[in-house]
Amino acid sequence: MENTASIFGTGEARVRSMNARKFALWLFIISVTMVFASLTSAYIVKKSEGNWLIIEFPELFNITSVLIVISSISMHFSYLAARRDNLLNIRLGLVITGLLAIGFVVGQYFAWDKLVEQDVYFVGNPAGSFIYVFTGLHVLHLAGGLIFLFVVLFKAYTYKVHSRNLLSIEMCTTYWHFLGGLWLYLYIFLIANN
Amino acid sequence: MSVADIQITEVGHDDHHDDHHDQGFVSKYIFSTDHKTIAKQFLITGIFWAIVGGGLSLIFRLQLGYPDMDLNWLRPIMGDWITAAGKLDTEFYLGLVTMHGTIMVFFVLTAGLSGTFSNFLIPLQIGARDMASGFLNMLSYWFFFLSSVVMFVSLFIETGPASSGWTVYPPLSALPQAMAGSGLGMTLWLISMALFIASTLLGGINYVTTVINLRTEGMTFTRLPLTIWAFFITAVIGILSFPVLLSCALLLIFDRSFGTSFYLSEIFIGGEALPNMGGSPILFQHLFWFLGHPEVYIVILPALGITSEIISTNSRKPIFGYKAMILSMLAIAFLSFIVWAHHMFVSGMNPFLGSIFTLLTLIIAVPSAVKAFNYITTLWRGNIVFTTGMLFSIGLVSFFISGGLTGLFLGNSALDINLHDTYFVVAHFHLVMGSAAFFGLLAGVYHWFPKMFGRMMDEKLGRLHFWLTFIGVYLVFFPLHYIGIAGFPRRYYSFTSFETFSGFADLNTFVTIAAVVTFAAQFIFLFNFFYSIFGGRKAPANPWKSNTLEWTTPRVPQHGNWPGAIPKVYRWAYDYSKPGAPDDFIPQTIPLSHTPESNLPHEGELAKEEGVESPKKEKDKVE
Repeated sequence: MENTASIFGTGEARVRSMNARKFALWLFIISVTMVFASLTSAYIVKKSEGNWLIIEFPELFNITSVLIVISSISMHFSYLAARRDNLLNIRLGLVITGLLAIGFVVGQYFAWDKLVEQDVYFVGNPAGSFIYVFTGLHVLHLAGGLIFLFVVLFKAYTYKVHSRNLLSIEMCTTYWHFLGGLWLYLYIFLIANN
Repeated sequence: MSVADIQITEVGHDDHHDDHHDQGFVSKYIFSTDHKTIAKQFLITGIFWAIVGGGLSLIFRLQLGYPDMDLNWLRPIMGDWITAAGKLDTEFYLGLVTMHGTIMVFFVLTAGLSGTFSNFLIPLQIGARDMASGFLNMLSYWFFFLSSVVMFVSLFIETGPASSGWTVYPPLSALPQAMAGSGLGMTLWLISMALFIASTLLGGINYVTTVINLRTEGMTFTRLPLTIWAFFITAVIGILSFPVLLSCALLLIFDRSFGTSFYLSEIFIGGEALPNMGGSPILFQHLFWFLGHPEVYIVILPALGITSEIISTNSRKPIFGYKAMILSMLAIAFLSFIVWAHHMFVSGMNPFLGSIFTLLTLIIAVPSAVKAFNYITTLWRGNIVFTTGMLFSIGLVSFFISGGLTGLFLGNSALDINLHDTYFVVAHFHLVMGSAAFFGLLAGVYHWFPKMFGRMMDEKLGRLHFWLTFIGVYLVFFPLHYIGIAGFPRRYYSFTSFETFSGFADLNTFVTIAAVVTFAAQFIFLFNFFYSIFGGRKAPANPWKSNTLEWTTPRVPQHGNWPGAIPKVYRWAYDYSKPGAPDDFIPQTIPLSHTPESNLPHEGELAKEEGVESPKKEKDKVE
């Protein structure tokens, strides 16, 4: 306390530490994390009670996982381009990210088809229902990210994203990496617990 | 880079903040983004819900206290919920209990308490123009409002409101054929709660962001008033626990509307077997109580924070153990997440697990006792000023102790087998959480009313309100311990058919009379509140001689809170009756270098580094 007191005495150092919007985004990410943490814990609790099915996951999940990882890379590419004021590469990175994201969503949809072919339905044993809930909720959050991405893309086309105005693309990148990480967590969780 | 951004905008704020108050009626009072207006909106809505929630409890208290009463006089409001014989409909009784719980826990003591005082006090006490995001803050209120509308509508539908208890355990809540209230009423309950969770998260994210990022110069974490610490920790708990309620409700929605089996398995109802297989109702309890337990701290912590502030101010003494108070709140917040299964001791859970949760639960008694002792030691030998806010704060401490003691019984997995789901539980949480938090809310309203509306509430009416409510609450809830130990289960419509319980009929009647009187006493408050908004005595700038920043604003702070620059902070919030000081309080805005007569040795050192001119030089300048 004494130390901080002597710092602000000079009138230079402020007590704040972070941009409020970025900080709020992190809090939002925490609350989303809690949703999925609780659902995956519910999965473990339910599984340990027995009456459970072993489900073979569609191969498609591997492909969509690769897609979302690449989209994270292209998003970061776009962010780095923004830092270097490479306006064309910002748009390029964002467009690639958006396309990959749409590919991911379509892939998830076909993966559901594959699950149905295996007689794993949303309505039935919770072992199957949980997969639909995990993937469905994740896609829902990804849809939010996609809207955010389009907003940033629009800003990029109106020259509002550059090295002196990084906030929106920074936040979008953070959220995007989170979405990718979240999917990998869910997929690895499902594989590990099967 | 971001730091620089904010500073630039804030300088702009300082420049033009005095002159743009000409907002339209709608943007000033309805869709306002000003934290003070939003706080008042939360308060008024909370008061409305408190009347509804309290009114519902009176109806079922009448049934319990006077089982033979002819209730036909309630027909004009309740319609067919009063049967032709003048009796309360049995299923609607369950609806009343459910709605009373839901309304009080979520709408009054979460939104009404946190929503009001976090919004009102955070910017004012940390020295900020407004919340980090005024828009999200407004959204938070309107989500709450929508949620309120949906919940209110559910009271009037033909099949009745949700009726499976405020904990909405499946399978009762999951199957529309199980009871009338599990139909549309339950659907509306879930919609309303989803909106409510959205509101709470938006609010909580805003509160945490604001406290961390928008504190004024000099307002370090160890100088924050304990109110802010309490709101901050409450918001963190909310951010971590409400999403879990959302997943819990989501799976219930899937079970109800899409036919999944998360919570349902092997059920035979109404002569037919349901197809649902593989689910588990215990899973719901785990998810629900992972929110549900932190929720009780979401309810009580803001009240404890408000009390800390009011007791210190009106004892004219620094709060005893400032850091111990913070640490105990942090400890309570942490422990709140690892004790949820003490609500589930009789759910068939492994007894070994039960003993672990017993141990963890009993540990909570330690930080809670630290807080109780600190309140008492703050009061000890203080120059106590018995304002109404102070009386309610002391009342809170009383409830917190007497209700907290029974927590030791209930937290014990062996004793809980006997006491579970009896009126003993009802007595416990109505004292420690319900009444205590309610008193925190009232204390806060009486204490900060002058800052909210620029006028004083009537102290005589306030004292009358306090004594009637304080005595009334004990008369209502203390007897419930006895009937709980005698074995009365919660949520039963009637006890007349049990020979064992006939000896307690008079006690139940007594409780009902006490409840009616206590409820009636609240109208004294309502009159005082609404009359004082318009006709109260005009408030001085700092009526309680308090140290915190909100009392440095004008009588009615306008948009932006401070005309001109935001004040700087040079000391903690609790310099009351400091030895050597001419006054018995030194506001946070007074530099240490202006008070050489009362500085402690290390403060004398700090004063030299403040970079503030000594008062003598300033005087020269004025002359």
